[in-house]
Amino acid sequence: MQDTTKRAGGAAGPLRPAEPRSGSLRRTSDVVLRWREASILLACIVLAAYFQFSNSAFLSLSNIKNLIDFTATTAIIGAGEVMVLVCGEVDLSVGMVYALVPFIMHFAAQDGLPAGAAIIVALTAAGVVGLINGAITTLLSVPSFVTTLGAMFLINGLTLTISGGFPIEPEAPAGFAAAFGGNPWVRLAWAVAIAIVLQFVLNRTRFGLHTIATGGNPTAAAEVGIKVTSIKIRNFALCSVLGGFAGIIDAFRIGSIDPLAGGSEIMFMGIASAVIGGTLLTGGSGTIVGALLGALALAILQDGFTLNGVSAFTFDMILGAAILVTMAVNVRLTLWRERGGG
Amino acid sequence: MADIGPEVLRAEHVGKSFGRIAALRDINLTLRRGEVLGLLGDNGAGKSTLMKILTGYHQPSAGQLYFEGEPVHFRSVAHARSLGIEAVYQDLALVNQLNVHRNMFLQREPVFGGPLGILDERRMRAEAIEMLERMRVRVPSVDVDVAKLSGGQRQAVSIARSVYQKAKVLLLDEPTAAMGVKESALILELIQRLKEGGEVAMIIIAHNYAQIFDVCDRINLIEGGVIEFDKLTSETSVQELTDRVVSEYRSAREGVRLEQRG
Repeated sequence: MQDTTKRAGGAAGPLRPAEPRSGSLRRTSDVVLRWREASILLACIVLAAYFQFSNSAFLSLSNIKNLIDFTATTAIIGAGEVMVLVCGEVDLSVGMVYALVPFIMHFAAQDGLPAGAAIIVALTAAGVVGLINGAITTLLSVPSFVTTLGAMFLINGLTLTISGGFPIEPEAPAGFAAAFGGNPWVRLAWAVAIAIVLQFVLNRTRFGLHTIATGGNPTAAAEVGIKVTSIKIRNFALCSVLGGFAGIIDAFRIGSIDPLAGGSEIMFMGIASAVIGGTLLTGGSGTIVGALLGALALAILQDGFTLNGVSAFTFDMILGAAILVTMAVNVRLTLWRERGGG
Repeated sequence: MADIGPEVLRAEHVGKSFGRIAALRDINLTLRRGEVLGLLGDNGAGKSTLMKILTGYHQPSAGQLYFEGEPVHFRSVAHARSLGIEAVYQDLALVNQLNVHRNMFLQREPVFGGPLGILDERRMRAEAIEMLERMRVRVPSVDVDVAKLSGGQRQAVSIARSVYQKAKVLLLDEPTAAMGVKESALILELIQRLKEGGEVAMIIIAHNYAQIFDVCDRINLIEGGVIEFDKLTSETSVQELTDRVVSEYRSAREGVRLEQRG
């Protein structure tokens, strides 16, 4: 016994011979891991350079504000989708929550609640939608695609019913409106802050680790005692709340609450941002910062082609092609990564 | 067969039926601390049912289990695990997208920041390296995703994780299945070292008895839900086991032939 312990301890680390290799492997894997975000960042830079070259107004202050408007709320929804995608699910209803939540805020304010409380009530309602999505998906074993597809139609109908189908004007003290998105720089700050916080949550906290484990290997996660159901439900709630928050920001930006705003279009843009940014639809792997950059890339495309007078129809073709190309590259990269980095 | 400690796990007349089908009929089995028991048997002989009873996944329909001499009733996998009974399933227990040290600490992560639950990455890393060094498990680095490790390395990390969780009994389900010779040797060596450590008892469930024969102290052969053969490895041989399996195979073939004629 004594001898065994001594020998094991005295072996001075079987890891030692592998040390130099470990260093280079770590560096390689770091680069590979960063590569996912680096590639989309590079795409953004190339696209921005191209549009600046073809139209010098592209990087003017007023157009940068446009870019922010195209980016911010999509990025916030994309961040929520990344969390849900990482745990192996998808949320199709978030765009409808985006449309519903400003109405709840408005009605709560009309009932005499102060603006801050109205926002809290509205975001709580969004959270409840997420809880229901998550509970139906996990407890009743309905695929989240189906659960949230149903929720998408249901919430859209609810929004149209309570609004009567007409847009209304948000009422809030001026300072309040500015703090929640009345100003493009504030919108940018919200999007960036949410991305940084969630990136930290996903990669540096126990909740994030369990989210990755839940999506990566649900059986193993459950076996070691992770409460897979609770993790999924909380991520659905988080995604819904972010969708609602994006809706509030846009309501203050546009100065009108439109029952037809957002919807499936902003939801798909959010998912596209996540996917282009490097998040896998199969779960277990994702990046929030990637989704922010993905939203930026989509915004640059959208805004740049608009500036150059390309029609919306062409834009959709380009967007579709961009998603196909990035997905193909992403899948190749994942295979390469799994084979041990070449 | 050095110092075999006190009894850890015992099954007495354990039976398990699913409806009218008796998967296990009368299982008597004893496992001592530091002992390695090879549990062999054909497909459908009842190996996996027995394993599931020992891990608390199934409850026996007859008989009694004893843990460290006391009668025990495993209510669930979590309950059996809390007593120190860990099963290591081939390649299933790790999350490919996470690195080695995060896998080793999954669900037992050291955290700080209270409710924020910020991972203490440095501590996980240091302790994982120390643990793997002590068990002499070689991985390129604890920072690589386990997807990049070989089957043998992954299996070794799973075993190391269970040992780190203070397992008293390790149940290894086909630990060398689907592995090359070199990889298998790696796992068998690890089992040998754990045995020398004398802290854990192990049950190895396997088809390929020739491979695990040398690391086992005792061999149990399960046939038709009953342990038909229980001998110390020092008192038997691979040849004897082969003869037994061959004669069983012959009688099975004879049975099939009679049925077809019948």
